[in-house]
Amino acid sequence: MSADPGPLEAVLRARRSQGGKALVPYLTGGLGDWQAALAAAADAGADAIEVGIPFSDPVIDGPVIQEANDRALAAGITPLGVLDALGRLDIGVPLVVMTYYNIAFRFGLERFASVLASQGVAAAILPDLPLEEAGPWTEAADAAGVETVLLAAPTASDERLGRICGRTRGFVYGVGLLGVTGVRDELASSAVLMAERLKQITDVPVLVGVGVGTPEQAEEVCRVADGAVVGSAVVRRMLDEDGPAAVGKLIGQFRRTLDRG
Amino acid sequence: MTMAEPVGGRFGEFGGRFVPEPLVPACEELEAAFRTAWADKDFRGELNRLLADYAGRPSPLTECHRLSGELGLRLLLKREDLNHTGSHKINNVLGQALLAVRMGKTRLVAETGAGQHGVATATAAALLGLECVVYMGEVDIERQALNVFRMQLLGAEVRSAVSGSRTLKDAINEAMRDWVATVESSHYCLGSVMGPHPYPWMVREMHRVIGDEAREQCQHLLGTDPDVVTACVGGGSNAIGIFSGFVDGDAALVGVEPAGGAAIGRGVPGVVHGSKSFLMQDEHGQVLEAESISAGLDYPGIGPEHSHLAAIGRARYESVTDDEVVAAFELLSRTEGIIPALEPAHALAWVSRAREELAGQSVLLNLSGRGDKDVDQMMDRLEVERESFGNDGSTE
Ligand SMILES: Cc1ncc(COP(=O)(O)O)c(C=O)c1O
Repeated sequence: MSADPGPLEAVLRARRSQGGKALVPYLTGGLGDWQAALAAAADAGADAIEVGIPFSDPVIDGPVIQEANDRALAAGITPLGVLDALGRLDIGVPLVVMTYYNIAFRFGLERFASVLASQGVAAAILPDLPLEEAGPWTEAADAAGVETVLLAAPTASDERLGRICGRTRGFVYGVGLLGVTGVRDELASSAVLMAERLKQITDVPVLVGVGVGTPEQAEEVCRVADGAVVGSAVVRRMLDEDGPAAVGKLIGQFRRTLDRG
Repeated sequence: MTMAEPVGGRFGEFGGRFVPEPLVPACEELEAAFRTAWADKDFRGELNRLLADYAGRPSPLTECHRLSGELGLRLLLKREDLNHTGSHKINNVLGQALLAVRMGKTRLVAETGAGQHGVATATAAALLGLECVVYMGEVDIERQALNVFRMQLLGAEVRSAVSGSRTLKDAINEAMRDWVATVESSHYCLGSVMGPHPYPWMVREMHRVIGDEAREQCQHLLGTDPDVVTACVGGGSNAIGIFSGFVDGDAALVGVEPAGGAAIGRGVPGVVHGSKSFLMQDEHGQVLEAESISAGLDYPGIGPEHSHLAAIGRARYESVTDDEVVAAFELLSRTEGIIPALEPAHALAWVSRAREELAGQSVLLNLSGRGDKDVDQMMDRLEVERESFGNDGSTE
């Protein structure tokens, strides 16, 4: 662990040391009135916000985020378009870019990392870039001061989880279930188990996402985890007409539920 | 050079294992299981027995006398079209299905373009008593209706991929999404030399039999290697299979891509579906939709070992248009009494176009599949052409 946590990790650690739980929504960049939705999410109490840069082939995403990707791409959004807009936003919470590796690779890894930094983006998540392949990217990201959040999954051994926790920055993203992103009726038992296994291994903030779709599910997983990532439930609201207002309302519900615990 | 195991899952700078974290342990487990099975005499014996008694190997080598005369060269066909299920795909599938059983998996997941890999997977699943789900793009389901029905007859469930271009690329996305959710009980039976390590290596090893047989057959017939070895390239499995028998010799290796899906012809390096390779993509890294008459080659990427062979200059890659393919499809049917699948008709289209360059040379072409599945589609296309030319097609 580096002595000096980056801005994302600092915010999440602060939330934890105050006895609270972190709430990190995911929104698809370029989808409808997404910048207003980001501001609404921040106002409603998000601790940090993940912004997706749409990709043509999102293999770990379920139908809702696929549709969001398709719509945003059809509307003409580009990676630089998302990043430029993020640079102009001032919403007071750390921003985390989430996209697939080919977007960064095509951009050029060093250039991508330095544009993230210059646009004020704290961290990046590249879900199809596992530990073994991450070297060239993490080198560029470290040099630019961008935190790289790694995923941890229920299928990993404790030994592997240990290596992932040792290399992740910002937080460790526990994948709550075996499957693609999307809202489920119930929280999978694997979500709490994932959080328990990670909490035993690391002091880095442990957030669980994928399959966390309601305030109650977030509350349940946060009995163990330090926070939750909420994706498809938020994006569903963005796909609807009243996007930003509905996003703000939903994040407010999550915030109140997590804060009552 | 020979084709060895890729070091660290890489062929030069290409390949790798770019998959979501939940799949990494499954890829590691598969790699270990394949390595031990491949070194196990009993496993190899069982596979060889199935390849012989069930699939009909060895496949013959056919010399095309009439067509050779017409083209001014010596054309030999490696007859993968005569395998059970009608293409080379069965070689790989029997191996992977046996491996799945050995690993304790009870369900096969596959993607398919033309339906040939889906049919082969459904066949192996029926043979070995495994559950089988095949993802197929909605567009391909329409143009390959015969194969959809074959898969269903064989007891497989065919699921339509309705995202993106609704072809092979999207079927792969759906298969990977399925695998992420079912990785503990399912084996992803990938149909080409692509995807994350160990697939490009494992699938190549399972198709190496094509090249090994062909080399021996060429020794008998020609007393030497052919001058040129050519094959069509979608993901590149039939091409790698036949190339692997000749890569350490002097034969020129030529892969043929469709003009609308030319990863090497029109792509730049990128990462999708688990490996780094040449990829048709826009300036922002969005993967482009391929567009080809042949569902089996309708793919914007290519297996990483082909990118490596291209980069080091050991193989070259050409592309042909849909019209050239249709002409080649008719040509082989008319001159040799062999109706090819549209995929290997690409390789013949290149041979036909390059006939002056190839004059007098011996050319080994991997006839990767038979054309039954394409007859409906060709009937429509040729009828349209004939109508638009205002004759009944009887003029030659
Ligand atoms: C007959 C035939 N040849 C070739 C291909 C393309 O695959 P590959 O490039 O992996 O050989 C297909 C795929 O469906 C096929 O059916």
